[in-house]
Amino acid sequence: MALTVPTLAEMNARGESTEVLFWVGCAGSFDDRAKRITKAIARILHAADVPFAVLGAEESCTGDPAKRAGNEFLFQMQAAQNIAVLNGYGVKRIVTGCPHCFNILKNEYPELGGEYEVLHHTQFIQQLIDDGRLRIADGNPFKGRRITFHDPCYLGRGNGEYEAPRAALQALDADLVEMRRCKSKGLCCGAGGAQMFKDAEKGNREVNHERTDDVLETGAKVIATGCPFCNTMMTDGVKNAEKEGEIDVKDIAELIAEAADLL
Amino acid sequence: MPHFIGQLAFALLLGTAVFLFARRIGTIRRNIKLGRDIDLTDRSGERWATMARVALGQSKMVVRPVAGVMHILIYVGFILINIEVLEILFDGLFGTHRVFAPYLGGLYNVMIGAFEWLALGVLVACVVFLVRRNVLPIARFRSPEMEGWPKNDANIILVVEVLLMFALLSMNAADAIAQSRIALGIWDNAHHYIAAGSFPVSQWLVPLYAGLSDAGIVAVERGAWWFHIAGILAFLVYVPYSKHFHIFLAFPNTWYSDLTPSGRLDNMAAVKKEVDLMMSGDPFAAPAEPAGDAPAEPARFGAKDVQDLTWKQLMEAYSCTECGRCTSVCPANTTGKLLSPRKVMMDTRDRVEEVGRAIDAAGGSWGQGDGKALLGDYISEEELWACTSCQACVDACPVNINPMGIILDMRRSLIMEDSQAPEAITSMFNNVENNGAPWAFPATDRGKWADELASES
Repeated sequence: MALTVPTLAEMNARGESTEVLFWVGCAGSFDDRAKRITKAIARILHAADVPFAVLGAEESCTGDPAKRAGNEFLFQMQAAQNIAVLNGYGVKRIVTGCPHCFNILKNEYPELGGEYEVLHHTQFIQQLIDDGRLRIADGNPFKGRRITFHDPCYLGRGNGEYEAPRAALQALDADLVEMRRCKSKGLCCGAGGAQMFKDAEKGNREVNHERTDDVLETGAKVIATGCPFCNTMMTDGVKNAEKEGEIDVKDIAELIAEAADLL
Repeated sequence: MPHFIGQLAFALLLGTAVFLFARRIGTIRRNIKLGRDIDLTDRSGERWATMARVALGQSKMVVRPVAGVMHILIYVGFILINIEVLEILFDGLFGTHRVFAPYLGGLYNVMIGAFEWLALGVLVACVVFLVRRNVLPIARFRSPEMEGWPKNDANIILVVEVLLMFALLSMNAADAIAQSRIALGIWDNAHHYIAAGSFPVSQWLVPLYAGLSDAGIVAVERGAWWFHIAGILAFLVYVPYSKHFHIFLAFPNTWYSDLTPSGRLDNMAAVKKEVDLMMSGDPFAAPAEPAGDAPAEPARFGAKDVQDLTWKQLMEAYSCTECGRCTSVCPANTTGKLLSPRKVMMDTRDRVEEVGRAIDAAGGSWGQGDGKALLGDYISEEELWACTSCQACVDACPVNINPMGIILDMRRSLIMEDSQAPEAITSMFNNVENNGAPWAFPATDRGKWADELASES
């Protein structure tokens, strides 16, 4: 059966409501690599019987890159527009596929009139596993594989969430290893603060190459990510180190979806 | 020297030091208040707890164990030895000698003994710090912003502390020699020494002075006493001109910590007003008149100069002791970019000092300013655009300074006041504005992944 994802507009027209709004984010909507993460999240929600919807064409950038680049006007215009849409549908609970969307919806929208319960997808996935709503297949392909988790700044340092993504990874029965710099000391991938949209300033190295060295030190074969931008940066870093045949870069949603036989 | 001349000299010295210290504190206070107002008095229970944990408890110092433990040694030594300094102040003012001894009895000996061990600890820690700063290849002590005065400032403090501790121990060693000669009945002259104190550390210095005559012993004991207290008073005057001022400001600075998650960046109230007006639907609506005689909104968005920062951000600049933990974890700095969060704090302090001096020179008014600004004359655009907003600097600071806040406030000025952005950033803004995404994709394509998913499953 085809997996269809309704929009809130469609549900509203049918007079239905839903438990969860999946906030996809711009990268998750438009970037081909990140779309695979989005699909994995949708498959997980579907498999766990979570009624959910998306905003579709009504979703708009949260304003995060604009705000971190100094354009508070553009951010607040985006926020006002999004809050009008979200409040119009009476949204209560949001799961995001991106820690930047997660942070801004959770910490910066409430003051502007947008108060919701906001969860990052790794937090939600961890809850689904804990509640037994999502089962990992026996003999999942990651069993015993060496995996290291790269903390996204806006999930970890920014909001103190270090445990949920790790707890979700525990379900894989893998060989989880930490990088030298992890959790509150984790090194940025280099994409935050609107860096994703511009070239880096002059220096002697790229930040993602430095971070890839941290991964290589651990001997991990999989880099688990929780952010589409980190995913891009780490994928580039692995390519630069000429390790693309040996090291996979995958979002936690993709790892879990694959281990639960959903892909 | 008759007692009263010594007492008079002491009172004069003490009075001068306290006056100079107080005058300097007044200047710093005025400078900090050049910043914008911000209310940080909510959740006071949490604020006391944060101060107790971070400043008093040094919780973030010990993240790096070597520097952390050594720092705690100096910190505890500094605080406890101050009890002895209190006695020295009494003795100096009233012409007494070891005035606490008769009142404390056996406890006095325990305390003096403990202070000696602490003095040794401080001395050792300071020597280790001098070696770390000047000999070992520790990158954060060798950054460009540490050249010249900042490096000398750090070394002056450490050397003075070593000398002060050595003087304290020499004073005790000479006192111990005097006491033992008196006990043996081989001290000829009149004296002020009493049998008091225990000298577990300074006993090792006794051989150094044992060959001296009685007069020589008195000279060493009195000389060391005067050097020690004069040094401490000089230190008191010096500290508020130095990075070392963190010993005072660490406490208020942590009390006024930002208690929200470090991922949160403040929403600008002035912008909210304008956006609300635009979204209200009536394009001709006049801005609401401020109630009563409330001051008008500041005309400037973001921070171009120190007056555009909050007083808390200026307090942070004065609280920074230039340890460089922020810079050593900054992804931009460690990959060779120009940005250094420590330099941002040092520049902010240097600039607010400069503004303060200009105000004093102009008899208390800033007027049209001096034609310079923090942004541009101290901090370059290249530095600001290198920040990834990862908050590693915020996490690393042992006294909860937020360099990132200043960086992002200056970006706001670049964008909203000067329309200065790298081309790629401008095009990202245009995309967000026109397409609701940082890339040039139409909103109607947002659902494409779902269509693909439906056909794939």
